[in-house]
Amino acid sequence: MAYLELNSIYKTYGQGDHATEVLSNINLSIEEGEFVAIVGFTGSGKTTLVNLINGLLEPTSGEVLFKGEPVRGTSHERGVIFQNYSLLPWLSVGQNVYMAVKEAFPKEKKAVLNDMVASYVDMVGLTPAINKRPKELSGGMRQRVAVARALAMKPEMIIMDEPLGALDALTRGNLQDEILNIWGKDKRTALLITNDVDEGIYMADRIIPLRPGPRATLGPEFKIDIERPRDKTELNDNPNYKKTRNAIIEYLMDIGNQRKSVAREAFVLPDLAPKSFVGSRF
Amino acid sequence: MKQSITLNKVSKFVGLGFISTLKSLFTGKLDKEDFKDFLRKTVVPLTSIVLFIGLWHVGAKTLYNIEADYKINKAMEEQGQAAADEMAACIASGDISCQPNTLPSPAQVWDSYKTLLADHKAISADKAAFKEKTAALNAKRIAEGKAPITYTGRPSFVDQIITSLKTVFAGFLLALFIAVPIGIVIGLSKTLRSSFNWLIQIFKPVSPVVWLLLVFMIVKTMTKDSNSDSAFIISFISVGLCAMWATLVNTAMGVSTVDKDYINVAKVLKLGPIQKVFKVILPSSLPLIFTGLRITLSVAWMVLIAIELLAQNPGLGLFVWEEFQNGANDSNSKIIVAMFVIGIIGFLLDRIMLTIQNMVSFNKNAQ
Repeated sequence: MAYLELNSIYKTYGQGDHATEVLSNINLSIEEGEFVAIVGFTGSGKTTLVNLINGLLEPTSGEVLFKGEPVRGTSHERGVIFQNYSLLPWLSVGQNVYMAVKEAFPKEKKAVLNDMVASYVDMVGLTPAINKRPKELSGGMRQRVAVARALAMKPEMIIMDEPLGALDALTRGNLQDEILNIWGKDKRTALLITNDVDEGIYMADRIIPLRPGPRATLGPEFKIDIERPRDKTELNDNPNYKKTRNAIIEYLMDIGNQRKSVAREAFVLPDLAPKSFVGSRF
Repeated sequence: MKQSITLNKVSKFVGLGFISTLKSLFTGKLDKEDFKDFLRKTVVPLTSIVLFIGLWHVGAKTLYNIEADYKINKAMEEQGQAAADEMAACIASGDISCQPNTLPSPAQVWDSYKTLLADHKAISADKAAFKEKTAALNAKRIAEGKAPITYTGRPSFVDQIITSLKTVFAGFLLALFIAVPIGIVIGLSKTLRSSFNWLIQIFKPVSPVVWLLLVFMIVKTMTKDSNSDSAFIISFISVGLCAMWATLVNTAMGVSTVDKDYINVAKVLKLGPIQKVFKVILPSSLPLIFTGLRITLSVAWMVLIAIELLAQNPGLGLFVWEEFQNGANDSNSKIIVAMFVIGIIGFLLDRIMLTIQNMVSFNKNAQ
């Protein structure tokens, strides 16, 4: 049985005439220790999918199974790294992480918790900034705090919702390596949602495109057969990389084109002819 | 250099940025940019103050002349030329008995200010003397279990200011302790919010005077058998009830509009309901709560005068009313003195609240 399973998930927002079906017939299974990336356009329902998996939302129909149990609400076993960091601005870096470990390990002594905070903040290289507020940090540093906070709870699975979307290319690369390092160390299961195909290929074992919403659904999966640890510079010369990348991009472009033509068709006007009122009394 | 930076920060923080410019003027460290700043922040306001006083002086003089001419003409019509001449001479001599009653000039107001201060000194001395005189007697009375003799002379202007500050502070605390908890509870529950909304909307615009009457009806009966200071109790409760609405509405709004991201964090960390309120919802709505409290304090200070006036609480409001009723030749200028004192104290209270607000709001200040 798969570690995480999504069985024919449908998610609809609103009711009656105003209902919009965002996700339609999503089926996904992730094995333990696997790193899966879901790639999709903006607005294709990626965040909705993530929130269904971490338990912030409930599917309209279908079920999410985590280790064979249906997901009911959030759990410390599934750590989440949000798209917009979601750090609490009134707490310092250390306090933000401390709040998470305190909830995850309520029985531990304060000193133990403080050690944990220190080690995770150190892991993301923010020890000098431990007493700073999120406002004083750069975007990359903030996202590192969010990574430290999610990992400090020692989740069995890490769910990342476009974690590096708002960062510049250099910071992005560094953080990708850091996340891969951490993932490689204790082989947790990871799910990465991203809009960057290269990022997906560099980091994941499998890439699954999300066909854009409304009624978004998952496309065919692409296996990435490139050995780890991967090297960014060498990746460009890897024939396997080129092939996979081209295949995924071609698939996504196809979807994009289809979407455009669908949109054109939708605006074909009905065949109407003016009625003649001559000689009639309406 | 470092020191001036901190002064700069502090003075900006409390909203009195011009102080740092003044300092750099005196220490002689002024470049061109600073000088422009100095012009804008110090010279321009000072000029406008001088202009204001000048206009006031001219205006007061004009009103004085109109009033004087009217008096002379009236004497002429009713009693003839001799009486008119006498009246003109009397007014010119500055005799108290025939001074035109109108807007006082800045100089008169300044004189009244000095009179009030002198009066305060006299009353303080009188009080101290009374205390000394009755010390032995009071010790004896306390030993016998009787109440000590207290000073019952009239309060000085400064005493009245202190009474007003006490009243407004008590009212503010009352508003704080009523509005913040209720606001939090209302903000947390949509049902409570819609069930309280009509009540808030109806009572928010009610005039201070009506609140005073309502409080009077209740407190009068409650304090019938006690010898507590009912004027003070009525005043501060009315002030609190008038002023609490801003805090109530702002607190409810702050609590009900917490950023969805923070709520998601609370959910992912699996915080309990109480933890969620105290660790996420309250800290994130503190800036709005303090904005509400700042409005509450300024409203409290504003309605205080009207309420003291009606409740006969011996504060600034009663001072103004008594001077108006009194009609002595310097009553008008004393009222203007009170006006400035009220304005300046209100300004200072607002600055204090602004400073506290800046301290708790994580958005503006990251330290």
